[in-house]
Amino acid sequence: MADTHSGEIVAELEHVSRVYRMGSAEVRALDDFSFVFKRGEYWAVMGSSGSGKSTLLNILGCLDRPSEGQYRVRGTPTSQLDDDALSDVRSRELGFVFQSYNLIPQLDVLENILVPLFYQDDPPADGEQRARRLADRVGLGKRLEHRPTELSGGQQQRVAIARALVNDPALILADEATGNLDSQTALEILALFDELHAEGKTIVLVTHEPDVAARAERVLRLKDGKIESVYENRKVQA
Amino acid sequence: MKRASLWRTVRLGVSSLLLHKLRSALTTLGVLFGTSSVIAMLAIGEGASEKAQAEIRLLGSQNVILRSVKPREDFASNQQTRVNSYGLTDSDYERVSATFPGVGRVVPVREIYEEVRRGSRAMNPRVLACPPVYRDVTGRQVLEGRWITDQDERGIANVCVLSDEVARYLFPVEAPLGQTVKVGADYYTVVGTLMPRTRQRSDAPGAGEQTQAEVFIPLETGRKWYGNLQVKMRSGSREMEEVELHEVVIEVDQPDSVPTVAAAAREMLSRYHTQKDYEVVVPLEQLLLAEKTKRIFNLVLGSIASISLLVGGIGIMNVMLATVTERTREIGIRRALGAKRRHIVTQFLVETVVLSVGGGLLGVALGLIVPLIVEHFADMPTVITPSAPILAFLISAGVGVVFGIYPAWRAANMDPVEALRHE
Ligand SMILES: Nc1ncnc2c1ncn2[C@@H]1O[C@H](COP(=O)(O)OP(=O)(O)OP(=O)(O)O)[C@@H](O)[C@H]1O
Ligand SMILES: [Mg+2]
Repeated sequence: MADTHSGEIVAELEHVSRVYRMGSAEVRALDDFSFVFKRGEYWAVMGSSGSGKSTLLNILGCLDRPSEGQYRVRGTPTSQLDDDALSDVRSRELGFVFQSYNLIPQLDVLENILVPLFYQDDPPADGEQRARRLADRVGLGKRLEHRPTELSGGQQQRVAIARALVNDPALILADEATGNLDSQTALEILALFDELHAEGKTIVLVTHEPDVAARAERVLRLKDGKIESVYENRKVQA
Repeated sequence: MKRASLWRTVRLGVSSLLLHKLRSALTTLGVLFGTSSVIAMLAIGEGASEKAQAEIRLLGSQNVILRSVKPREDFASNQQTRVNSYGLTDSDYERVSATFPGVGRVVPVREIYEEVRRGSRAMNPRVLACPPVYRDVTGRQVLEGRWITDQDERGIANVCVLSDEVARYLFPVEAPLGQTVKVGADYYTVVGTLMPRTRQRSDAPGAGEQTQAEVFIPLETGRKWYGNLQVKMRSGSREMEEVELHEVVIEVDQPDSVPTVAAAAREMLSRYHTQKDYEVVVPLEQLLLAEKTKRIFNLVLGSIASISLLVGGIGIMNVMLATVTERTREIGIRRALGAKRRHIVTQFLVETVVLSVGGGLLGVALGLIVPLIVEHFADMPTVITPSAPILAFLISAGVGVVFGIYPAWRAANMDPVEALRHE
């Protein structure tokens, strides 16, 4: 495992709360939540519906801001960042994989993979090469010119994973990434995550399914916006 | 990189629009008609004023011209006498020069219906018998030699001055000065040629039939050798015509007096002529008329243009708002993947501008065709200045920007989390 980097803090939440006010009612989707994600870790986030998993992921992904507390990405406090700077963090440090794939329908496979680089201020010169290599890696090297509608769900999710990797992110965030897939395809996608983990990527994967959570290295269980339990999976294979 | 990414944004915009071809095409119609009206408006207005200016150039802005016009055929009388007697009289001329206030020089002109020959070359220019002052009053300029003089008049000299067109045709090789030409049965010595008076494309052929082929001889010479009674060959049959004066050119002292003099002339002629065998041509009136036509056209087409552009712009905005809603999720995805607000603004603004500029380009094409059709069927001259299509194009792009800003702003200010959850 990537021990060279272990210990470096990728994402850090300090007393983070996310409060939704609906009239007089108040929902604390995250409640005084403190946690640290370190480089190379592979976390599964579990919890019943409404426990705050997506809220956590949105804050980790700089799509949402804490109502209280501080969130730091690689040491940078996000409360001091404006909208543009948060977008910058997303395009440079983060990779998203969604439940419903979320590819852009007008773009072909290669263009979809390239989107995050398109929004970087100075994108790498070898971006397209990298995108092609990633497409190869997820097994879609021969479908570069296909539109998302011409691909199966599993293939679309592979493209989404390639897209999440193209900017070489510090943190990969996946919200129920296998939720829409049949079990066989889900296993293939999980195998891909395993590979990424083996390469030392930091992954946070939200899931409902214990089978999926069992593939991760560690499990974080939420309840009512708070940590219910944290435990490490015992791996059969090294 | 910046340029490449803009180019990519444009391509993306085009491909997004192509997903809904019919919708995009219909959306551009308003701008299409708007821009074409702008061009048509400018072309027709410009044409009207150029026509008027050409008119003035030919006739003189301070002149009032009286012309003999053959009244409508009266078969009964025509058959009996076989002589058409009509038109301006010497007494008309005297009344004008003696009694009209505000009048400068008054020039009587006779037209002689004869062929002009030089050797084997023959043509039928307007042969005008006129006093020397004619040149001054109508602003013609001598190219070579001289103009008709008082001495020519007194001596009833057989001399002539040729317009450029006639000189070129009858004397393709030699210099015309000092040579002789034959007008009807008589020989005339060429004493001068005139500068060409360039006829504009837009000069209306209908306005008093000003041909450029003209031969001038002294008035007295014309009176002496060709009486009032002339034979005119007309579609194979001979016709006798009795006309004392074909034209009387009145030079008015001041531009302000032109309408008064014109009114007085109309008054006088209607009192002394039992039939309408004359016309009064007032170039200044034509200018005013042209200006009025231009104003009316500008008003009508200008309103059509602005309404079309407004409606077209609102249509585009409406479609873009629908597009933004429809593509909320795409916006969320792009924001999640690192798009800044300005990226989203640019994307939708570019799309709107592509729509409106597309309509604008088609509008320019249509706007270039419409004046041709107007010219052909409505017999109105049109002039397309190069700035018109450019202006129209810029207006269409402007419409895209103005009406695209709000939808783009809406798109850019969506909450990414909400947008991702949309559907
Ligand atoms: N925009 C919102 N407005 C109001 N309340 C919200 C909003 N978003 C989330 N919540 C509330 O916050 C709480 C946590 O929601 P969250 O989406 O994080 O749950 P989750 O763990 O992802 O659930 P699921 O497993 O169903 O996806 C829920 O009670 C939810 O109703
Ligand atoms: Mg959720």
